[in-house]
Amino acid sequence: MQKILIKNGKVIDPAQEINGEALDILVQSGRIAKLAKNIKTDADTVIDASGKIVIPGIIDMHVHLREPGREDKETVASGTRAALKGGVTSVLAMPNTYPAIDSKESIGLLKKIIKDSGSANVFICAAITKERQGRELVDIAGLAKAGAIAISDDGASVDDENLLLAAMRKAKAAGIPVVCHSEDKKLSNGGVVNLGLISTKLGLRGISRESEYARVERDIKLAEKTKAAVHIAHVSCRESVEIIGRAKKKGIRVTAETAPHYFSLTQEALAGYDTNMKMSPPLREARDVEAIKQGLKSGVIDVIASDHAPHTENEKDIEFDRAEFGVTGLETELAAGISELVQKGILDWPALVHKLCLSPAMILGIDRGTLKAGKPADITIVSAAQEWLVEKTVFASKSKNSAFLGRKLTGIVEYTLCNGKIAYKKA
Amino acid sequence: MTWTKKDLLGLEYLSREEIELVLATADSFKEVSTREIKKVPALRGKTVVNLFYEPSTRTRTSFEVAAKRLSADVINIATETSSVKKGETLIDTGKNIQALKADVIVMRHNYSGAAAMLARSLEISVVNAGDGWHEHPTQALLDIFTLKEKLGRIAGLKVTIVGDIAHSRVARSNTWGLTKLGAKVTVCAPNMLIPPAIEQMGVSVCSEIDKALSDADAVNVLRMQFERDEQNAFPKQLEYFKNFGITAERLEKAKKDIVVMHPGPINRGIEMSSEVADGKNSVILEQVTNGIAVRMAVLFLVAQAAERNNAKNTD
Repeated sequence: MQKILIKNGKVIDPAQEINGEALDILVQSGRIAKLAKNIKTDADTVIDASGKIVIPGIIDMHVHLREPGREDKETVASGTRAALKGGVTSVLAMPNTYPAIDSKESIGLLKKIIKDSGSANVFICAAITKERQGRELVDIAGLAKAGAIAISDDGASVDDENLLLAAMRKAKAAGIPVVCHSEDKKLSNGGVVNLGLISTKLGLRGISRESEYARVERDIKLAEKTKAAVHIAHVSCRESVEIIGRAKKKGIRVTAETAPHYFSLTQEALAGYDTNMKMSPPLREARDVEAIKQGLKSGVIDVIASDHAPHTENEKDIEFDRAEFGVTGLETELAAGISELVQKGILDWPALVHKLCLSPAMILGIDRGTLKAGKPADITIVSAAQEWLVEKTVFASKSKNSAFLGRKLTGIVEYTLCNGKIAYKKA
Repeated sequence: MTWTKKDLLGLEYLSREEIELVLATADSFKEVSTREIKKVPALRGKTVVNLFYEPSTRTRTSFEVAAKRLSADVINIATETSSVKKGETLIDTGKNIQALKADVIVMRHNYSGAAAMLARSLEISVVNAGDGWHEHPTQALLDIFTLKEKLGRIAGLKVTIVGDIAHSRVARSNTWGLTKLGAKVTVCAPNMLIPPAIEQMGVSVCSEIDKALSDADAVNVLRMQFERDEQNAFPKQLEYFKNFGITAERLEKAKKDIVVMHPGPINRGIEMSSEVADGKNSVILEQVTNGIAVRMAVLFLVAQAAERNNAKNTD
């Protein structure tokens, strides 16, 4: 098996408290063989990482790969290629596919697709309820056994409190977390943008903040009751950050994630009815963006995940009300984190890497997210100061619906190693 | 100043100077409609397409008359007769109209933001004739034109807008236009019909009609769109009339010369009494007449700007 030596990169690995020290990494048999200064060995490939930042491969725990069923938007093949280009070596694939991932059969089907066409690690999140309809629980223990490492009805919240309570108990017994899309759709009221000045100005139906935070509050209440591992997905508003902060202080077993658009963009981005700014939850106000940043800084928000939601141009290039919710993110999340958080002094590098790599590994129980010797060699090498323009032509994803189009971001991935192989190399 | 925009999408996007230019241009076109031969050759050889995705008689007719008085050729497309029913996208429809070498699309659409989307995708002019709850700029321009004609100025005037503010494109366009020209705007409606954070658009909110009328120089009365009452949000019609309807008794307590406007069509006995609609303060029919001049001005300005842009691009 190939030996790869990564020379002289500035290594960031919060699991080992390494913060920018120039080190060499020796990769052998798919694993990290050694991490030290000046490793002298004969390698098949030597990568000069001088001046570059070397981090563990990113674990994005919120990704819609769309396969099976919506291969026009994305496939496991295209989605994992996009992941690698963005420095992401592991993704948690959300179950809102067709069919939904709600049975051993659909898990088997997805596993086969992953084996045949995936070029990064794809982990499976199964649905909580059959067809994500919120009525009947899936066989949680059985699906965990079949390979699901989390459950979620992402895109929808389980409205029935008793049903979700039962799901949490079963997930706890199976040893997997419950990922909550916390949204009360009755309170969202068919809205398409944040309820407030922007919905008033644009004459669009608004999604209240309460539709999110009231449901976050409920989901946390159930977490407290069941002591299950509950993870709140895509936090977008200040009240949610406060509620999660209080829950953590009380010792409730809850974790939370936000997506790059929620710390980078406010509702003002919607002024021209740009459907690439339409997502659920919606872009909120400046005070929310500030609260999200503070939540990341204080540790209330554990994870940055992309909520990569590819859609075709046909589904986006239409009237705002009719356009699909969601934006892509695999190829911009690291650069958005560097540009909006590290460069602006919100997080230092180890904290950013913690939120992109180590926290999701710990929440999902994945034995990755660090560069410790012996671990699978998932490694991302970044030119951390290099600017690039986000354009439709740069994406490996099948879909181009990025909220960052037209913006300059800092930080470009040079190499991505996945399981010890060079899986992506910048052209 | 010179008008440079190929489109008119909303008054939010215009400067005070641009609004004043439209009003001045409308002023010079108003006389055309009083001539024996009501026509000028300003847009001769140009084609204006009225693309209406919502039923409309008055706005479409007004645009059609305006275009014809400028000597443009006019095509009317209503959704019933278009390929929209066959699933064509708005952008494709627009590009097809552009390929016919039309010069201006006047569009009414039920979705907010549709005009902006179309304008972005085309080189020819797009005039927003009402998009969802968003804007109806020519209605506000003709309201402002009429008000200025009546009272001689806009700056410093107190204007009250009454009705379903939340779902009204007329209210939004009037708010932008009037505040940019220095008027003080008060919106008055039942609480559930006041959209959130509207104060941040520069207006005052008042839920008592008598108070909202007390020192107003003008009142713009919106049509209550009971036909859009999907969620049963509207108070019953009679209750609305009792609490918010403009009646002669209410006007007696207001300024003597208060100007009463309505974009039409009026629901007599709901938004206002017939006595008020036909009374001495009402300028409702003058609004209709002025609508022609304002729309002539808009069509003329956007077509000219598009022509200049094209000339620049082919240099």
